[in-house]
Amino acid sequence: MEQIICKDAALGYEDGIVTEELNFTVNSGDYLCILGENGSGKSTLIKALLGLKPHVRGEIKWVNGASSKEIGYLPQQTPVQKDFPASVREIVLSGCLSKTGLRPFYNSHEKALAHKNMHRLGICDLEKRCYRDLSGGQQQRVLLARALCATEKILLLDEPVTGLDPHAQNDLYELIASLNKSGITIIMVSHDIGAAVKYASHILHIGRKQLFFGTKDDYLKSRIGRSFIETEAESNG
Amino acid sequence: MAEIIEKLQHSFSFSIVWYALIVGLLISLCSSLLGVTLVLKRFSFIGDGLSHVAFGAMAVASVVGLTNNMFIVLPVTVIAAVLLLRTGQNTKIKGDAAIAMISVGTLAVGYMLMNIFPTSSNISGDVCGTLFGSTLILSLTPFDVWLCIGMSTVVLVIFVLFYNKIFSVTFDESFSKATGINSDGYNLLIAVITALIIVLAMNLVGSLLISALIIFPALSAMRLFKSFRSVIICSAVISVVCAAAGMLISLVASTPVGSTIVSADIVVFLVFWLISAIMGKTKT
Ligand SMILES: Nc1ncnc2c1ncn2[C@@H]1O[C@H](COP(=O)(O)OP(=O)(O)OP(=O)(O)O)[C@@H](O)[C@H]1O
Ligand SMILES: [Mg+2]
Repeated sequence: MEQIICKDAALGYEDGIVTEELNFTVNSGDYLCILGENGSGKSTLIKALLGLKPHVRGEIKWVNGASSKEIGYLPQQTPVQKDFPASVREIVLSGCLSKTGLRPFYNSHEKALAHKNMHRLGICDLEKRCYRDLSGGQQQRVLLARALCATEKILLLDEPVTGLDPHAQNDLYELIASLNKSGITIIMVSHDIGAAVKYASHILHIGRKQLFFGTKDDYLKSRIGRSFIETEAESNG
Repeated sequence: MAEIIEKLQHSFSFSIVWYALIVGLLISLCSSLLGVTLVLKRFSFIGDGLSHVAFGAMAVASVVGLTNNMFIVLPVTVIAAVLLLRTGQNTKIKGDAAIAMISVGTLAVGYMLMNIFPTSSNISGDVCGTLFGSTLILSLTPFDVWLCIGMSTVVLVIFVLFYNKIFSVTFDESFSKATGINSDGYNLLIAVITALIIVLAMNLVGSLLISALIIFPALSAMRLFKSFRSVIICSAVISVVCAAAGMLISLVASTPVGSTIVSADIVVFLVFWLISAIMGKTKT
């Protein structure tokens, strides 16, 4: 079942187009990995999908009951959060906010949902802890639990493993993969070609325009895929 | 000791002192609640800029000779709040330079107007009063008190009703926007409430010291507490206690109200800072 259809979309800011000719569809249960150089517009694409930033041309459509209000989002961290005094529970609960509508407080159903997601990500014992005292990996789990409170359908993750040590990176990738197996569509921006190849079902590679979209297996056979993997392998050692 | 109590008893036989106490406590409660959000959102500059705008507006109002200058000061400050928020968010224009321009500009124009069109023979006394709030708090009319009670109630009710939304918008604006929360609207709400509080607080501590009233309790509470709710509650308690202590001390020792309250806030901040430093040492 299709959830997002992107037709000939172009993205940019006042001073010009960043990337264009984007054509892809996301189906329910997909694990889409977005690849590209620094500054190629990956974060911009995520913001456009979220409706935070209008696209310049073309079409980005949410279909079959999926809505940009019903997605979980794991942003690249903002500097404000570093010294923010907030408990893990408060942050996870805030993911339920869009469900409260005009009601000023959370009801028991939403509190139960927050608890369920903390349990799912193994952070129940951190519930009372302060967010700023947690390790990077724990912080990402908290934000992921919050995102899960907002959705059961689609998660958008912008470089979720940045700043984590290899062990924690691996844990987080496994966790995301298990969420994908439970039926949640994943759209993830990553620099980590190894993880993309290991976990993703589809790859979207962007530059000044769309360079590749298709399944992972096709990407591995394509010329652009092979050359990107080679240069990454060289730069990593 | 008996002397002090007698002095206080004497003071409290005047209704004007009761007015001042009520108004002072309400204002410090409201400003501390909002202070946490302003500090965390890096919006403290708005508080600072607005207080200067309010001073300029006050000067204009007294020159024009309005019987109640609230009717000029309030709308002008609210409009300035909205404008400052816009410039602060605009990354293209240097936000902080624009704010410095507005705030220092209004301060200068205000002072000049007060000198060109003096409304009383004691200009420097007037200016000092507006800047440091030394005399205003004891010249409150029942109307001022009711206005203050009304506006504080509005601020408190809004804060409680929108508490969860304010938390979310403060913690992570893009996430709340992405999940369909009207974060621009809430930013606007925060700016407008800040303007209301600043106009109220001018009576208590004067325009130069308002930022201190807003920022210090929040910073103290953030030293020790680890959840948003406990920081808010602690900062409210600190602010109210310091305001009460400051006002009582100023009655007994005849010090200026505003600076006494702020000094109390500073003492608390130092104590909290010391405690957190000691706790940090023992932990590692
Ligand atoms: N708010 C903005 N205003 C104007 N231009 C912007 C803005 N944000 C990003 N850009 C530009 O858009 C381009 C794409 O930025 P984007 O953040 O989407 O890249 P990215 O692919 O996420 O890079 P990275 O891998 O470093 O995260 C860059 O050239 C950047 O300079
Ligand atoms: Mg990016």
